[in-house]
Amino acid sequence: TKEEKQRLRKEKKHQKKIKEKKDDKEEKPVGAASQPPTQPSQKGDLAPAPAPVPVPASETPALADKPAKSKADLKAERRARQESERASKQGKKGDVGQPVPTSKPKAPPSELQPVVKRLPEHVQVDNPDVLKKLAKKLERQQIPLRSDYGYKVSLFSHLHQYSRKAPLTQQLGIPSTVIHPAIVRLGLQYSQGIVAGSNARSVALLHAFKQVIRDYTTPPNEELSRDLVNKLKPYISFLNQCRPLSASMGNAIKYIKKEISNIPSQCKEEEAKSKLLSCIECYINEKIILAAKAIAKYSIEKISDGDVILVYGCSSLVNHILCEAFEKKRKFRVIVVDSRPRLEGREALRRLVQRGISCTYVLISAVSYILPEVSKVFLGAHALLANGYVMSRVGTSQIALVAKAFNVPVLVCCETYKFCERVQTDSFVSNELDDPDELIVTRKGKTQLEHWQEVPSLGLLNLVYDVTPPDFVDLVITDLGMIPCTSVPVVLRVKNVDQ
Amino acid sequence: MPGPDRETDLTERIESFLSDLKRGGSGTGPLRGSAETARETTALLRRITAQARWSSAGDLMEIIRKEGRRMIAAQPSETTVGNMIRRVLKIVREEYARSRGSSEETDQQESLHKLLTSGGLSEENFRQHFTALKANVIEAINELLTELEGTTDNIAMQALEHIHSNEVIMTIGRSRTAEAFLKDAARKRKFHVIVAECAPFCQGHEMATSLSKAGIETTVIADAAIFAVMSRVNKVIIGTQTVLANGGLRAVNGTHTLALAAKHHSTPLIVCAPMFKLSPQILSKVNVHCPVFDYVPPELITLFISNIGGHAPSYIYRLMSELYHPEDHEL
Repeated sequence: TKEEKQRLRKEKKHQKKIKEKKDDKEEKPVGAASQPPTQPSQKGDLAPAPAPVPVPASETPALADKPAKSKADLKAERRARQESERASKQGKKGDVGQPVPTSKPKAPPSELQPVVKRLPEHVQVDNPDVLKKLAKKLERQQIPLRSDYGYKVSLFSHLHQYSRKAPLTQQLGIPSTVIHPAIVRLGLQYSQGIVAGSNARSVALLHAFKQVIRDYTTPPNEELSRDLVNKLKPYISFLNQCRPLSASMGNAIKYIKKEISNIPSQCKEEEAKSKLLSCIECYINEKIILAAKAIAKYSIEKISDGDVILVYGCSSLVNHILCEAFEKKRKFRVIVVDSRPRLEGREALRRLVQRGISCTYVLISAVSYILPEVSKVFLGAHALLANGYVMSRVGTSQIALVAKAFNVPVLVCCETYKFCERVQTDSFVSNELDDPDELIVTRKGKTQLEHWQEVPSLGLLNLVYDVTPPDFVDLVITDLGMIPCTSVPVVLRVKNVDQ
Repeated sequence: MPGPDRETDLTERIESFLSDLKRGGSGTGPLRGSAETARETTALLRRITAQARWSSAGDLMEIIRKEGRRMIAAQPSETTVGNMIRRVLKIVREEYARSRGSSEETDQQESLHKLLTSGGLSEENFRQHFTALKANVIEAINELLTELEGTTDNIAMQALEHIHSNEVIMTIGRSRTAEAFLKDAARKRKFHVIVAECAPFCQGHEMATSLSKAGIETTVIADAAIFAVMSRVNKVIIGTQTVLANGGLRAVNGTHTLALAAKHHSTPLIVCAPMFKLSPQILSKVNVHCPVFDYVPPELITLFISNIGGHAPSYIYRLMSELYHPEDHEL
């Protein structure tokens, strides 16, 4: 009857309202946290949509501290919604949970969707609420909280600064019941700098995850696809505490999470595990090893006989390229530029000289002196940002600047799995601060900065990354080909459509 | 007999000065600041004037030139020695001309008028003997010494005109002049200084400890981070080893990178250099093959602050003619 229909309609509206209210409540703390003026995680060219998009459950760790309404109910509701969404969106990107309205057929879903991501915790250290939230989360996951060390320069008060001498693993019991031992070892290797360099860190991470998957057994009444992801979360928090995750690691983790959550629920455990292991193997092979081969092939075309090539620091990809070129009997010599305090160039020097390549070694302050001799500059990258900026080891932008002033071509080599959707224009908003004590050095028997902590107005700054503007870079060599710096968002879009 | 004793005493002092110079530039960085070197050179030249045997200005100039060449050969990278020698030679010429009674201003300056009207070469051979010449020259050298002693203070006095509150200033390595400049400004204003450490000798560390002890907020960064932090810097203030005739600099390595980064961010680059660092050498004769020093072209420099005030780099060549005589450019 009419009245019944009206009643039903009213109920539906009411339910929708409740749902929206719940979403709003959930989005409020999220929205507030992402308000601060610098929002590097939002796409600069998109205006946030008026209706906030609910972030899928797998991205919000704070399911536990939701207000009033019975948690089980909410969970069930969201699960039902997600299943229906997943069923309807077979091949599209799993990150953005909202079903795409059919009025936008041409544009791929991720392009015009507002990206309401939360500002990562590691760039909000000066916000005490965020720190409290983090502490609570870590307590729940039973991971020790790492405390900051030393006087922080005021420009960088929003970043963490840890000491190498106090690794997180000292605060864990042995054996650790919460964290898999492979992950503990990995965390220690990261924080002490034993495993360094974005490729090495990603590969180590993936191998550790393989070990975790091998040792994993599904508890009863749980689904592998959901439980394994939840198991991985504390590990990721732990690794993040040991050393902030790099962009390449972030992409790898996203891929693994997606693969795990895409495992159909009727799959047997052994089958699922072997499938995951082969996925990871495939990822490493495709994105890192084969990509390196492809990049080497393209780069060798750019190296001619008689070249003088300048490289900075130790990039595994650039070293690989130079070794390949040497194998192919190209005649060139290399100038390795190094910088304090990491002095990674020495490792690159060792590797190149072992192959028999003739090398020169200088410090970065002498770069404007030797640049007139150089014919090309090859640089590695830690990540390529969506606005075309190259994020790499600190000092890279300086070398690109001086090379530009001397009209020497700058080529950046980067695999596509390091492309990231963030945008950033300077090296302040998001960076990593290394141990300030590393800057201390003894010269002529005197250690000037030994007691720097006691002097109140003295601070030491040990930056790890910096961003190079795209007008300094002439070419980016990726496994998809040779592109200009500004084509990075195009590649990202193509990748997303593929996935 | 005081004569031969004075002679041997003089030669001893010259020899010890030369050996000091040779040791000073052994590649581990100068053991003494250039101000001290300038002062010692001038004092030594005064002694030579007082004690050596000469009868006319020409003789004196020959002696100074000879000793000067030996001093320069002992330490070619320490250009203040050569600069002081040229200053003293100019003093001798001026005093000679004054004693002769001719007005020396029109003689010395290269003006368009002089170029057009002077027919033959000047017939100065400096052979005439004047009794008062020695006293006059020594007096003028004393004036020069007083000027040298006051240079750092004169430069530091100008600090408040250039630094305002809440600025972020960047500097590199260790320069006593820049240090005095910043400390003087810090007495009245609060600002933040970022020091690039300047590897491998890391003199920036000394600069940072000294500035922080004076109460200035200081941060030490590695050389590699110069471009990364430059976007937040308001001014770059540096010292230098030498100022060249075209307005360019010869400064500690890393300065060229710093200047390029400042240019990219349109940050003014201010060089604090006293006048005795001005050297009439031009680039083609300057050896830049030891990477302890960088050449910085004049386009990257905004302002020179010296003991006689501030100048643009394009004005440096004019100061050259006030300090040195063109014939002394080649010793």
